[in-house]
Amino acid sequence: MPNLKEKARIIDKDGIRRALTRIAHEIIERNKGTEDLVLIGIRRRGVPLARRLAEKIRAIEGSRVPVGILDITLYRDDLSTLSHQPVVRQTEVNFPIKGKKVILVDDVLFTGRTIRAALDAVIDLGRPRNIQLAALIDRGHRELPIRADYVGKNVPTSRRESVAVHLEETDGVDEVVIMEKT
Amino acid sequence: MKMIIRGGRVLDPASGRDETADVYIRDGLVSGPFKADKTTRVIDASGKIVAPGLVDMHVHLREPGYEAKETIATGAAAAVRGGFTGVACMPNTDPVADNRFIIEFIKKRAAEADMVNVYPVGAVTKGSRGGEMAELADMRDAGAVAFSDDGWPVMDAGVMRRALQYCKMLGAVIISHCEDKNLAAGGVMHEGYYSTILGLKGIPASAEEVMVARDIILAAETGCPVHIAHVSTAGSVALVREAKKKGLPVTAEAAPHHFTLTDRAVAEYNTAAKVNPPLRGEADVQAVREGLADGTVEVIATDHAPHTVEEKNVEFDLAPFGLVGLETAVGLVWTELVHTGILTPLQAVAKLSLHPARLLGIDRGTLAEGGAADITVIDPELEETVDPQHFAGKGRNTPFAGRKLKGLPVMTIVAGKVKYER
Amino acid sequence: MGGGILILFKHKDLLGLKDITAAEINFLLDTAVPMKEIISRPIKKVPTLRGRTVVNLFYENSTRTRGSFELAAKHLSADSINISSSSSSVAKGESLYDTARTIQSLGADVVILRHPMAGAAQLLAGTVEAAVINAGDGAHEHPTQALLDLFTVRERRGEIAGLRVLIVGDILHSRVARSDIWGFTKMGAEVRVCGPPTLVPPGLEETGARVYYNLEEALVDVDVVIMLRIQKERQQQGLFPGLREYARLYGLNRERLALARKDALVMHPGPVNRGVEIASDIADGPAAVIEEQVTNGVAVRMALLYLLTGGGDRHENDY
Ligand SMILES: [Zn+2]
Repeated sequence: MPNLKEKARIIDKDGIRRALTRIAHEIIERNKGTEDLVLIGIRRRGVPLARRLAEKIRAIEGSRVPVGILDITLYRDDLSTLSHQPVVRQTEVNFPIKGKKVILVDDVLFTGRTIRAALDAVIDLGRPRNIQLAALIDRGHRELPIRADYVGKNVPTSRRESVAVHLEETDGVDEVVIMEKT
Repeated sequence: MKMIIRGGRVLDPASGRDETADVYIRDGLVSGPFKADKTTRVIDASGKIVAPGLVDMHVHLREPGYEAKETIATGAAAAVRGGFTGVACMPNTDPVADNRFIIEFIKKRAAEADMVNVYPVGAVTKGSRGGEMAELADMRDAGAVAFSDDGWPVMDAGVMRRALQYCKMLGAVIISHCEDKNLAAGGVMHEGYYSTILGLKGIPASAEEVMVARDIILAAETGCPVHIAHVSTAGSVALVREAKKKGLPVTAEAAPHHFTLTDRAVAEYNTAAKVNPPLRGEADVQAVREGLADGTVEVIATDHAPHTVEEKNVEFDLAPFGLVGLETAVGLVWTELVHTGILTPLQAVAKLSLHPARLLGIDRGTLAEGGAADITVIDPELEETVDPQHFAGKGRNTPFAGRKLKGLPVMTIVAGKVKYER
Repeated sequence: MGGGILILFKHKDLLGLKDITAAEINFLLDTAVPMKEIISRPIKKVPTLRGRTVVNLFYENSTRTRGSFELAAKHLSADSINISSSSSSVAKGESLYDTARTIQSLGADVVILRHPMAGAAQLLAGTVEAAVINAGDGAHEHPTQALLDLFTVRERRGEIAGLRVLIVGDILHSRVARSDIWGFTKMGAEVRVCGPPTLVPPGLEETGARVYYNLEEALVDVDVVIMLRIQKERQQQGLFPGLREYARLYGLNRERLALARKDALVMHPGPVNRGVEIASDIADGPAAVIEEQVTNGVAVRMALLYLLTGGGDRHENDY
């Protein structure tokens, strides 16, 4: 693995909070309320983000939106090219998907391949009415025709750089940093 | 043709001789001293052991019938490379050596190979089927030196008893591969921890010991000598020791793999270590070594049993028993027994030459003047790692590949002619 | 995440549980958990092994084990080829080595081998590049059966360490017993075996197992009882006098089960000889988890197929 060095801290705790609040409002507005809405976080950091969004939606609308967890490992399209396969974890979507408006939540939208895998995984669970995508960061460099419906912040990056989202729940701190290969 | 082997440590167990001396060879015989002239080959043997030509009384040369495994010619080449000037070959060929014609065929083939002395062992029963007695006297007259149904042991005690009575009249020894087929019952390795964890059918020690006990009782009753082939268990060694104490006509041999390896060598399903009798436990290996040290086991023989690569590269259950031993025997004896102090060099040489020669009734195994100049020169300090690709014989089925040996034959002389030289 | 790649399961083949560690077993069982979730879905299929080829090479009939492996491969979208002794050149005397060469040229990714002879899987593994899964070789090992036993016990009890596990029956010929002994011992359970002396091989104590010949004694305070299938041919071989006497000495019934712990689990690799190894009321009772073992078998085999086609790295990247 290449060594990565922190280059710049682009969003802090308050920035993340504000971005999520705005996304929550946009989701409610776009879907005209919360009826039939479900949130599905993509492992790992999409999961706490989805939980936070559900919490914000509840604070705004007063209604509970179910949150599921999606592990997309078994749907990756690069498994045959990896010498070793990643650890599989459980998908936990304990509610029916059929006819629902599914909001997929992830931390960083990059090539689009994770989302492609997640779309397949969701559809294998049932036939939703539609699927929308929320990402905290969109860093560009798409390799598939996929775009986000809700974006916290667009962060133009070079390929040499990478974007790391750190969250309280997984990393002990809320921040977004740009890392650079050394 | 004259030859002088100069300055070696001459070991002649027949006389107990162990001294630095020169050995003279003239006209294929060991001779008294003479002056070297320009036709004399002089060999410097300083630092080396000069011994009577080694005799392996238990080999399988596979001809006739299994020439893909070995031929008399390739087996003879393996023998001289291993330091042996004589080999006694077992009768389990196809057809079985149970009549004069096969014995004569083997002798003829050996003469054509012109490499090593071959002493055929005849079958005890026709086809080695354990029933009717073979024509033992006829075979003896044709050159058979002993009798054995090695591999297909005579299960019927009545048959064995009559064969011993008959052999007593002939003055020939019966070599007994001791294995009770009902106790062995299709086993493929020693019964113990390793057979259990590998899930392979075990051959209990009792399969051998029951038969050793039976043959000792029959030897005592008939007065005919029995030679116990390849003892592998502590119980067998103890039974032979007791019998000898009573003065019974019982002798025994041990194979290098039985004083070197345990059944652990089979782990990973190594078919090169599939042999019958099987590699046993630690205590058995120790007992065989003790038996060699105290004289209970007076012969070391290899049970050289070549097989093709294809035959051994199969499921363990399907692989044939046997491993090649001619080309690693001296190295193992020196590494495992001499350098470790279990045997003196003189004792080791005796077990490899004089004792088997006496048992088979052949006039070899000594360096006495006037005797055939069958001589083996051993470098006790020479080291080599076993590489089956360098074997002169056809078989590559050795569990000793990659093992470092110290003490190796460097010259093999048969009837005054150098047949192998390193 | 920093720290690079931590390899948790790195073997070309799975030939037995003797040669893998407790950590690896745990990781395999962990991977089987999400696999079991997939089996519970209406669409029991993920695209993971699309384009991969799994060869089922069966030299012995085994509807159950083969079916379980086939299903596992299907759920992961792998292509399966079945070669069985009735249909292949096996019957024509083609050697395992020759068959291995053929499989090599077919370009299989995984070969699942069931064979009547111990060590066959190892022989095959040394001949082909494909990953080899031992689905039972003679009396040697049957690692996936033991893994599903471990999975079932772990799922029911949370923890395997500290449990007492008893294996009853024909230990001598049982590959399941050997794999279970290695597996449960490595995971920290106390393993007991029990059977007639003619069916208990020597040297078992060296594996860490305790040997009993009396079932009542062996059952005291055990948490798990694994009953092995007894084969009638062992009677013909003179290893025990008959099924009736066997059932009387080694059959599990209500009175005997009462000697075990109250919540003891009863397991059996199947198919059960009802009334011989296990009384019907026990086999159908609450202690028996024999049906669950079947489902768990598929999950465990999915996990294994996944891990052997790539390994299992803790691997978080920019994907
Ligand atoms: Zn023999």
